This record gives sequence, structure tokens and C-alpha cells, in this order.
Amino acid sequence: MSLLEIKNAKLKIDDKDILKGLSLTVNKGEVHAIMGPNGSGKSTLSYMLAGRDGYELESGEVFLEGKSLSEMEADERARSGLFLAFQYPVELPGVGGMSFLREAVNSRRKFLGEEELDHLAFVKEARKVASKMFVKDEMLKRAVNVGFSGGEKKRFEILQMAMLKPKISILDETDSGLDVDALKIVSDGVNAQRNDDNAIVVITHYQRLLDYIVPDFVHILSDGSIIKSGGPELALEVEKNGYAGLINAA
Amino acid sequence: MVATQETIDKVKEVSSTYKYGFVTDLEAEKAPLGLSEDIVKFISHKKKEPRWLLEWRLKAYKKWLSMEAPNWAMVDFPKINFQDIYYYSAPKTKPKLNSLDEVDPELLRTYEKLGIPIKEQEVLAGVAVDYVFDSVSVATTFREKLAKEGIIFCPISEAVQSHPEIVKKYIGSVIPISDNYYAALNSAVFTDGSFVYIPKGVTCPMELSTYFRINEQNSGQFERTLIIAEDNTYVSYLEGCTAPQRDENQLHAAVVELVAMNNAEIKYSTVQNWYPGDKEGKGGIYNFVTKRGNCLGKKSKISWTQVETGSAITWKYPSCVLKGDDSVGEFYSVAVANNAQQADTGTKMIHIGKNTKSTIISKGISAGKAQNTYRGQVQIQKNAKGSRNFTQCDSLLIGDKCGAHTVPYINQFTPHARVEHEATTSKISEDQLFYCLQRGLDTEQATSLIVNGFCKEVMKELPMEFAVEAQKLIGISLEGSVG
Repeated sequence: MSLLEIKNAKLKIDDKDILKGLSLTVNKGEVHAIMGPNGSGKSTLSYMLAGRDGYELESGEVFLEGKSLSEMEADERARSGLFLAFQYPVELPGVGGMSFLREAVNSRRKFLGEEELDHLAFVKEARKVASKMFVKDEMLKRAVNVGFSGGEKKRFEILQMAMLKPKISILDETDSGLDVDALKIVSDGVNAQRNDDNAIVVITHYQRLLDYIVPDFVHILSDGSIIKSGGPELALEVEKNGYAGLINAA
Repeated sequence: MVATQETIDKVKEVSSTYKYGFVTDLEAEKAPLGLSEDIVKFISHKKKEPRWLLEWRLKAYKKWLSMEAPNWAMVDFPKINFQDIYYYSAPKTKPKLNSLDEVDPELLRTYEKLGIPIKEQEVLAGVAVDYVFDSVSVATTFREKLAKEGIIFCPISEAVQSHPEIVKKYIGSVIPISDNYYAALNSAVFTDGSFVYIPKGVTCPMELSTYFRINEQNSGQFERTLIIAEDNTYVSYLEGCTAPQRDENQLHAAVVELVAMNNAEIKYSTVQNWYPGDKEGKGGIYNFVTKRGNCLGKKSKISWTQVETGSAITWKYPSCVLKGDDSVGEFYSVAVANNAQQADTGTKMIHIGKNTKSTIISKGISAGKAQNTYRGQVQIQKNAKGSRNFTQCDSLLIGDKCGAHTVPYINQFTPHARVEHEATTSKISEDQLFYCLQRGLDTEQATSLIVNGFCKEVMKELPMEFAVEAQKLIGISLEGSVG
């Protein structure tokens, strides 16, 4: 059974067709990259998968480990192991990073039938993971994403991913707003979590992220559907010829 | 934020939204219905009060008759029929004040249901508690230990007997009988409340606390609290309130007076959870309360912290009169109004002495079709040179049918002072909710988390054990407001 299966997904926003029959299969242990120009439907795809209000499918279906997502709310999908690293992480004034993380982790643990972590055990675990991500303790004490730099926000996203241990992670333009050093730290964080039991979908505009997070498959998204799939070499083709060449050829 | 999961669990285990809505089956002794000079005399007689206090009450009653109910607040309710209220209601089995064992077990069970088992609280929390049930104070714990320090903590009706000279000197000294309509009414018919006296140089070794409970139908609660802190003292005091769920409105018109001498500090915290009425606005408590503190001494400090989640209508403005030079007034407030609740609350900071300082942090949360108004006055008098005020009023809206209003009054009579006012209004955004949901939190959890984050500056002012309780309350009172 595949981990994530998108079958002929169609979605409208304000009467405009955004996804026009998108299909994708992701198996355990795989990293997929979805590349596409602006307006091709990349962010819509990630919101649709995560179950955001207003992004319900018009037709088609999505399965997570064989289970249809259509009846599942966003929080249930998250607890089931679907993680979205936001392109623009949201500020939560007054909400401490550590408390937020703990609530999130314990929601997932409860769902999995695991014991919830008490404060001490949690802090210990969070610090361990944070130090690997070069996230300082001080950042965990601050309010979630408030006053964070672009790099800090993305590192905090990946830290959450590491703590939540999702089955499938969708990284939405995680490279945007990052300089080379930050890009490397974030990519290392993601790579450290790759294993045979999970999968990652990297959504990106540029090829450069894929130098650091090397995908097994690359898909070109254009005008609401995948027009071409291939190996890592496809990303290099985009880098060389731009999207226009590929889209015209398709 | 640690409490949020507990909040959710709590909400789920409670079948009705208001968990304190039960009624205790106690026989009560009531005064005849309605208000008259005879009723005032009846109350005074019941309490075996000295002549001066009866006269003071009667004067207040006459004053009240000549006054009109205030109508400037942004609240809307039918005219109160003051003849349709019981002004005195006491549990019939009169408890002995010094021994908990002799308190009616039914009454003790009520407090247990409220989550405040008297004995447990006494032992575990080390908090000295006074319990006021309808009109009568039923038990005050830890009195002996406090007495060793010279601290008096007892029902005010008892203080009238045991320390008449102190009561006579200070009662009405901060809030005169003619202060306002409801204060005059309270002065005429107040039944009980707490009395605290901290002698010179004493730091009160524990939190003092009072729990108020309205039980009887159609009865009003008119408690009166008086706290006096002599030179070089510190005391922290907390009050909590609940009432049963009833279809008709009930009146709560309390008066709280605080007096702080030189270098004295009084910290007064309130967690108010009177029954708010149902979703359509039927029933609920009218919470019309006058609270004021006099910073009489130099370098004295009075700090009000309030978390207001209950009541159908809240009308209260805990204030500080900063007479002593270098005295400090603080007001930290969270007011939650959901469904059909109306809250008009804020503070007054009256700067009279030199170099006086005040801080106002107000967080208003509106949900459902509730209206929430901050109304505050900062007055810097002519001689208050070098004085400073900082005011921050933040409003959070949940949904699109509620309202938030900010009405600040600033009167400055000297140029040698600084007054700052900041105000913001925000909504819980779709983005914030979705972000939390995507991390596996459900809607209630997410709302509670975001709201508690919004209130953080105020919550951190509450004594630790009550901050947890207050967080839970906020979660519960906003249940169902999102999604």
C-alpha cells in the first residue's frame, strides 16, 4: 500500500479551476519534489492535502495509508501523521514555543496511543532535537514565530517536524527567504529525518534546494496537473531550460 | 499553557456549559421580600450591630432612595425591580465559625463541587479562605496562624463586633455611601464579606482568599470587603465567585475598599465566574460592583488583577486613588464576554501625590454576540508633578457578531506628567487557527492557546495556583465560540 495517493484531484477556488486532475503516488522511504512556476497550484496542493477550510476537493480522492482524507478535518490529518511545513509560518503572540510544541506532540502521542510526555521529559527531548537544528533554548521560550527571522521560522518548522515524527511531510517552499547557510542547516535537518518508514514531498520553485535534499522523483506541476515526472535529472533540465520549454513540449 | 489539555477534558466532562450551575438544597432563613427601612433594620438586628452602624445604613438607604441608577455604561437590561429581591438569606443551620466540623455537611459538599474542598484547600494550598454563602460567612480557615502575626482575617460582621473601632474608622472612607447608586444600596443592605487588617511591619505569610456563592433564588448578594494594610506591610488577597444556573437575573452589588499606608502593598486578585446566563441571554448575574483602593501612604502600592469570565452584565471599575507621594496603582484585567454577555469594565487612576505611577493593562475578549467595553479614566491632578501613566487596551474578537469598545478618559491638570495610551483590536485569524490545527490541536485547544497567549501579560500577575484555574475558566467560557 502506498503512503500517500492522490487520485485525479480537482479543486476550484472562487469558481476558478486550480487543480485539474492531479494524480500522485508516494511510497514509504521516498522523497518527491514537485516543481512548478508561479500560479501552477503548488500552495493550493499543500493546503488541500493539509485540509485547510476552503480547499476541499470537487472530485477525486486522497488516501493516507489507504484511508480517505475527505472526511478528516485538518487536525485529525495532522494527528494521523501528515505534516505541512509552512511557506509563511504564522505568528502566535504570547504562545510560548515550548508549550506549543508540547501540546502538538502530546496530541499526536495521544492519537498513537502513546503516553503523553510530562513537562520535564518533554523539555529534555525538545532541547536534544533543538540543538541538532541549531535552535537555541532561548528561541523556544519566545512566542511562536514572533519576531523570528526568516531562517529562524523555517528552522522552527523543521524542528516541529522532527518532534512530531510525521509519516508524510510536505515542505512548502521551505527554501524561500533562506540564505545558503540557513538552507544547509534546514536541509540537514530534513535529511536527518529521512527513513524507510516515512516520505517527504518537497514543493519548490527553484532547483537549488534539491542540491541539498536530493529527491528520488521530480514532478513538474503546470496549470493544475503534473505534466512530467522523472528522476533528479528533471530538476536540472528545469534549471537549464526554464519551465517554459518543458510546458511547451508537454 | 500547560493547562490547556486539562481545559478541554474539563469541558468535555461537564455536560452543561456552566459547571457551577447546581443548587444546594439548604434550608435558608430569609428576610421578607423587598426593600424598606424595616428590612435595613432587620438585617442590622440579625447581625446584632451597634447603633452607629444601623444609623449609617439608614443614612445610606435614604441617600439611595434619592439617587438614580446610572445609565452611562454600554449595557442594556430591563429595569431592576428592587422590591422583588431578598436582601437577606442565610443557611438555616447556623454554622459555628471556628470549627469546620460543625459546618452543615451539605454546604461543605457544595464547596467540594466547586472544586474547593475547604479542608483540602486548607491543608494543601496553605491558603487562608473565607467562605461567603448567600449572605453569611460560613468558615474562615487558618485564623489562628494569622492571629499569631497579629493579622485579623474574619467575616466583616464579626469584625464589627470584635474590632468596631477599626471598622468604624475605615468603612465608607474609600467609597462613601453617596458614591454611586449601587454603593449606596450596598451600604444600606450589605450582609457580610471579608475583613482584613495587617498590622505594621507584617508581611502576610499566605494568600488570603474568599469564595462567594449565591445559592438562593431571587436573593441578591451584597458583600462588603475591607482591607487595611498599615505601614510596611504586604498582603495578597483573592476572591472567587460562582452562582447556580437560574432563569431569572440575580443582583450582585458588592463594595470593596482597600487602604494602604506608607510602604504598604495590597495585591487584590479576582476570578469572577458568576453564572453568565444561557446562550440567548436568559438569566445570569448582574455584577454591579464598586472597588476602590486608597494609596494613602508614601510609596504604597495597590494592584488589581481581575479575570472576568462570568455574569450576564459586568459593571465594575476597580480604581486607585494615589494620594501618597511615589505611590503606585496597577490594573491588570482580562474580561471575556461570550454569547449574550455584556461587560463594561475598566479602572480609574486618580493621581494626587507627586511622582505617582499607574499601569493599566486591559485585555478584552468578545465572542458570540457579546459586547465588551473598556472604560477607563486617568486623572493627573495639579500637584501630581512627575506622575506617569501607561495604558494598554487590547481587544480580541472571535467571530463577526460581537463588539469591542474602548472608552478612555484622560484628564491632565499639570504639564509635568506623562500619560501614554495604546490600544489594539485584533481577531483570531484563519491563518493562526489553521496553523494550530495542522499541528494536531483541535479547534478548542487552538482557541484556548491563542486566547491565553493574548492574556499572558495579565495572567502572569495572578498567584500561580489561580492562574491555572483562570486559564481553564477562559477555555470553558469560550467553548463553542469558534468553528
